[in-house]
Amino acid sequence: MSDSHSPAVTPTNHAPAHADEHGHHDMHLKLYWGIGAALIALTGFTVFLSYIDFGSRSRNIVIALLVAAFKVSLVGAIFMHLKGEKPTITRFLYFTAFFVCGLFLLTLLAWTDPIFGTSHNTH
Amino acid sequence: MEIHTHADPHAAHHDDHHHELSYWRKYIFSTDHKTIGIQYGLTGLAFLFFGFCLMLIMRWQLAHPGTAVPVIGHAFIAAQNFLVTHPVVAGQFDGWFWLRAISDQFPAGVLSPDGYNTMGAMHGTIMVFFGIVPIAFAAFGNFVVPLQIGAPDMTFPRINMASYWCFFISCIFMLVSFLVPGGAAKSGWTAYPPLAGIADMGIGHHHFFNGQTLWLTGMIFNITASLLGSVNFIATIIQLRAPGMTWMRLPFFVWAQFITAFLLLLAFPPLEAAGIFQFMDRVFGTSFFMPTGLIVGQRLTDWSGGGSPLLWQHLFWFLAHPEVYVLILPGIGIIAEVVANNTRKPLYGYKAMVGAIFVLAFLSFIVWAHHMYMTGMGATVAGFFQVTTILISIPSVILITALMLSLWGGSIRFTMPMMFATAFMPMFGIGGLTGIPLAFNAVDLYLHDTYYIIGHFHYIVAPGTIFAIFAGVYYWFPKATGRQLNDFLGRIHFWGSLVFINGLFFPMFLQGMAGVHRRWYDGGGADLEHLTYQFAGPVLHWNKFMSTSAFCLAAFQLPFIFNFFWSMFNGKKVGRNPWDATTVEWDAPSPPGHGNFDTEITVYRGPYEYSVPGADKDFTPQTEPVGVKVVASAVPVPAQAH
Amino acid sequence: MQIPHEVTARPDTGLYNAKLGIWLFLASEVMLFGGLFSGYIFLRLGAEPGYWPHGLLNVPVGTFNTAVLILSSVTVVLSWAALKMRKFAQYKFYMAITILCGILFLVVKLAYEYPQKFNHFGVFIKKESLEKYEPYLGNAFLKEHNLDPRYEITGHLLDAPKGSHYAEVAEKNAEHFEHELHAEGEHSAEGLAPIIRTDDPTDYVIQLDEVNAEPTSEDNERPHFWPKKLSMKTAVIHAEDLEISSPSMFIPRHSSYFAVYFTITGLHGAHVLAGVLVFLYFWGPGAKLYKTNPEHLANRVEVVGLFWHFVDLVWIFVFPLFYLL
Repeated sequence: MSDSHSPAVTPTNHAPAHADEHGHHDMHLKLYWGIGAALIALTGFTVFLSYIDFGSRSRNIVIALLVAAFKVSLVGAIFMHLKGEKPTITRFLYFTAFFVCGLFLLTLLAWTDPIFGTSHNTH
Repeated sequence: MEIHTHADPHAAHHDDHHHELSYWRKYIFSTDHKTIGIQYGLTGLAFLFFGFCLMLIMRWQLAHPGTAVPVIGHAFIAAQNFLVTHPVVAGQFDGWFWLRAISDQFPAGVLSPDGYNTMGAMHGTIMVFFGIVPIAFAAFGNFVVPLQIGAPDMTFPRINMASYWCFFISCIFMLVSFLVPGGAAKSGWTAYPPLAGIADMGIGHHHFFNGQTLWLTGMIFNITASLLGSVNFIATIIQLRAPGMTWMRLPFFVWAQFITAFLLLLAFPPLEAAGIFQFMDRVFGTSFFMPTGLIVGQRLTDWSGGGSPLLWQHLFWFLAHPEVYVLILPGIGIIAEVVANNTRKPLYGYKAMVGAIFVLAFLSFIVWAHHMYMTGMGATVAGFFQVTTILISIPSVILITALMLSLWGGSIRFTMPMMFATAFMPMFGIGGLTGIPLAFNAVDLYLHDTYYIIGHFHYIVAPGTIFAIFAGVYYWFPKATGRQLNDFLGRIHFWGSLVFINGLFFPMFLQGMAGVHRRWYDGGGADLEHLTYQFAGPVLHWNKFMSTSAFCLAAFQLPFIFNFFWSMFNGKKVGRNPWDATTVEWDAPSPPGHGNFDTEITVYRGPYEYSVPGADKDFTPQTEPVGVKVVASAVPVPAQAH
Repeated sequence: MQIPHEVTARPDTGLYNAKLGIWLFLASEVMLFGGLFSGYIFLRLGAEPGYWPHGLLNVPVGTFNTAVLILSSVTVVLSWAALKMRKFAQYKFYMAITILCGILFLVVKLAYEYPQKFNHFGVFIKKESLEKYEPYLGNAFLKEHNLDPRYEITGHLLDAPKGSHYAEVAEKNAEHFEHELHAEGEHSAEGLAPIIRTDDPTDYVIQLDEVNAEPTSEDNERPHFWPKKLSMKTAVIHAEDLEISSPSMFIPRHSSYFAVYFTITGLHGAHVLAGVLVFLYFWGPGAKLYKTNPEHLANRVEVVGLFWHFVDLVWIFVFPLFYLL
C-alpha cells in the first residue's frame, strides 16, 4: 500500500473518485489495528516493568527504553512506512540517527571525563 | 534539431503576461525564489553594513579609549542634552525610553563598558546569523540554485516566503533590542550562561523586553527560518533537477548549497533547544544552565539550581561548529563557479571537491568541543576532538588546493568576480592555516580568547566569505538585473578592500600571540604609559593601525554601495550570458521572468565544459546536446505554454 | 507555473515533493528533541542523589493519554488508507476520531495534569536542617535500606508566609482541608488536630503527601501506580530551613525535573496542537480538494500523518522517562 508497492499512483488530474484497484488494503487495515493494539499492550507492559526491581534504577531505565525503542520501531516501520521506504529518505535518516547519537554520546563522554570533577553540578 | 543560444541582449525581456500579480504579491509577499533571494540579499547586506558599523565603534574605543566616538558619539551627546529637558516623570509613560536606552550606552559620547560588550555581542550575532548566512546561503542559494538546476522555482514557494518573513521577524527582534532599557544583548554572541542567564535582569529591565531575552527570541525565529529554508533547498535540489541534470552534472555551487542546507537542517535544532532552555531560564526562572549556589554580587541567587552551564556550550557548539562550514561552503561554491568561468577550463578535481565537502560536513558534527578545551575536559575527550579537528583540515585543504590548481594553465580573465576569487584563495589559506595550531589542546589553552583566534576566524569569514559574496554579487548581478556593475568602481572597491582588510586583521595575529585578550574594553590601556597589562605593551600600538585600516576599509565600501544602486538602473545592459558561462542559469533571460526559463531545459553535459577541444567556442553550455551543431540565433525559442 | 512532482512521484527518487519535505523536517525535529533530551540526560546525571524526584506524575492518566495518542496514530493512517481507496466518508470518520483524540490529549494535559501540578507544593530542606524534619523525611530509614536520601517535603500549601503570591491558593486549600477534616471527624472518634496556623508569619504549613506523612512506610515508597491521596497530617516548615529558591508550586522553576518536564511536554503539546489544527483544516475546508484531486489530498494527509506519528513517537519516550522512572 505504501508507494513502494504501487509506484505509479493515480494520475493527478481528476482521478475517478472510486478507484477500486486497492484490493490489498483490507489486509493492511487489519495490520494497522493490530499494531495499534500491540502498542497499547506494550505501553501497559512498560508500566508493569517499571514496578519490578531489576537491581538498580539505571537498569530499569535501560529496559524501559528498550521497550520504547521497540515501540518506536513499530511506529516507524508500519505507520510511517519506513519499511520499504525509498533510499533517499532512509539515507537521510541514517545520517540523522548517527548525528543524534553523536550528540548524546560525545556530550556524555565529555561529562564523564572532567579534569577537576567540574561538571558534576552539585545541588 | 537546431539548438538556439541566446546572445542577443534585446531578447532579455520576457514577460509572463498570464500572471498579473499585485505589487504586494510581486515584490513584498512574493513566492518567487528570485524575489525572495533578492529580499534576503538586501536585508543581509544591510545587516552586514550595520554589523560593520558596530565594529567601527568598538575599534574607535580600542584605538582611542575614553574619547568620544566621532559623529555617533556627538549625536548621542545631543540626544542626552535633549533628554535632560524631557526627564522621566514618575507614573507616566516615557515616550523617549528608546532614545534614553541607546544614548545611555554612550555617556558623554564615549562608548561605555556595557556598550562595548553590547557592540561585541551584537557584531558577532549580526554578522554570522543576519549578515553572512542570509546572503551566502539564503540569498545566493535562493536566487541561483533553482536557476542552476533548471527548475521553475523552489519546491515549496510558500514555505520559502514564510522562511523570509520568519527571518524578517527575527531581524526586528534584534533591532528592537538596541532600544530597550539596558540595551541589546551583551553576553557575547555565544551567550554563555550563567552570565547570559543573569545579564539584562533586575531593576531597570523589563522582564521580557530586555536585551538577552529579545536576543533569544530573535534567534529562535532566525533558526526556524533557517530550518524552513534548508528543507526547501534540499527538496529542491533532489526533486526539481531538470531532465539530464544528474548528480555529477550539478555545478559545484549547488553541491555546496546542498551540503550547507544539510548542516543547517541537522545542526541548528540543538541550538533551538538550547535557546528554548535559556529562554525558560530567563523568563520562567528555571535552572537549565544555572548551577547550584550561584553567587552574584556577593548575594546567593535564587535559582533552584542543579543546572549545567556546560550543557549550553555543548548544544551551542554542536550548531556553531557546523555553522562555520555553513559560512564558508557557499563561499567556496561561488568561488568555484567564478574560477571555472574565468580560467576558461574545467574545475580541477570536481569529484574530489564534492567528496571533500561530504567528508567535511560529516566530520563537522563531531569536532565541536574543540571550542571548549578551556572548560576542564579530560585528556580522552580533548584527544578525541583534537584528532577529529585535525582530520577535518584534510577536506578543507583538498578544496582550496583544487581551486588553486584550477588556475594552472588557464587563460585567466581578471574580471571583477575573478579579482575577488583570486584574493579569496590566499586569504582563506591564511585563515585556515592559522586555525591548525588552535586545534591542539595545549596550544589552544594559550591562544584561547586572544586576538589570535579573532584574526583566524575573521580571515576565513571576512576576506574569505565576504570576498566570495562580493565575487558572487559581481558575477550574478547581471542575471538579477540585466545590467552589469561598473568595472572601474569595482576595481577601486577591490584594491582598497584587499589592502585594508589585511591591515585590519593581520596585526591581530601579532597581538594575539603576545596574549592580548579579545574582550579588553580599553584595548589594553588608555595609552602606552598607563598599561593595564604589561605583557601587551609591545603590540598595543597596532590598535591604532588596525582601527585606521578599519575606517579606510569602510571608506572603500562606499564605491561598492554606490555602484550597486547606480548600476541597477544605469549599468551596461547585458544579454543572457555575459560571462560566456556554461551553467544553466545563463540560459534564462536576464532578469528571468516568473517561472524562470522560456525554453524547455534539458541538460546534456557536465557543468564546466570550457575550452573543449574541437568546439567552435571556448565554452559549451550544459544545455547543448552532444554532437549537434550549434547555431547562434537572435530570437529565443518561444516560451512553452505553462 | 506548475511546480513539478507536487502530486506524482519523481521517477528517479520515487517521491513527491511534500513527502521528502516532511521527512527532512522530521529529521530536524529528531535533532530538536535530541537536543531537548540531551538536556534531560545532563540534568538527570548531574542531579545529586535525592534531587531527582520519582513518581510525582499521575501514571494512570499518563497511560491513558499514551493510549489516546496511539489510537489517533492508528486512525490517521486509516483515514489516509480510506482516501487511497477513495472512500471519502470513511476518511471523514477516521479523521474526526483523530482530531478528537488530539483534543482529548490536550484537554487532559492542560486542564487536568498541569493544573494539578500547579497546585502541588514542595520545599527542599537545607542540608543543615535535615535533622529537624526527620519525621517527614525518614532519612535514617532510607540510609538503612540503601535508598537515596530525601530532601523534599511535598503536599498542599495551607498557609503561606505573608506577602507570598501563594497566599490565595493557600487559603483555598486550607478551606478545603478544614472541610475534609470536619467530614472525617464525623466518622472517626480519634479527632485529628487541626494545626494549620503558626505564630511565625514566615512559616509554611503543608498538608503532607502520604510519602512525607509516613516516610518509613515501604508502602509509600514511590513510585506507585494509583496516585496516593494526601494524608490528613500537616507540617510546619520554617523559611530559614529551606533552600533559597525552593518553596514553590510544581512549576517549571521548582526544580530541574519540572523545568525539563514542562519544557519537553509543553513543546510536545505545541506539536499536538499544530497537528490538530492542520487536521481540522483537512477535515473541513481542505477536504474540498477531494473533488478535484483526491490523490493530492491523500498525499497531504499522508504527510501530516507522518508528522503526527512523529509526535506519537516522541511521547513514547516521554512517558517512561518522566512518568515511570
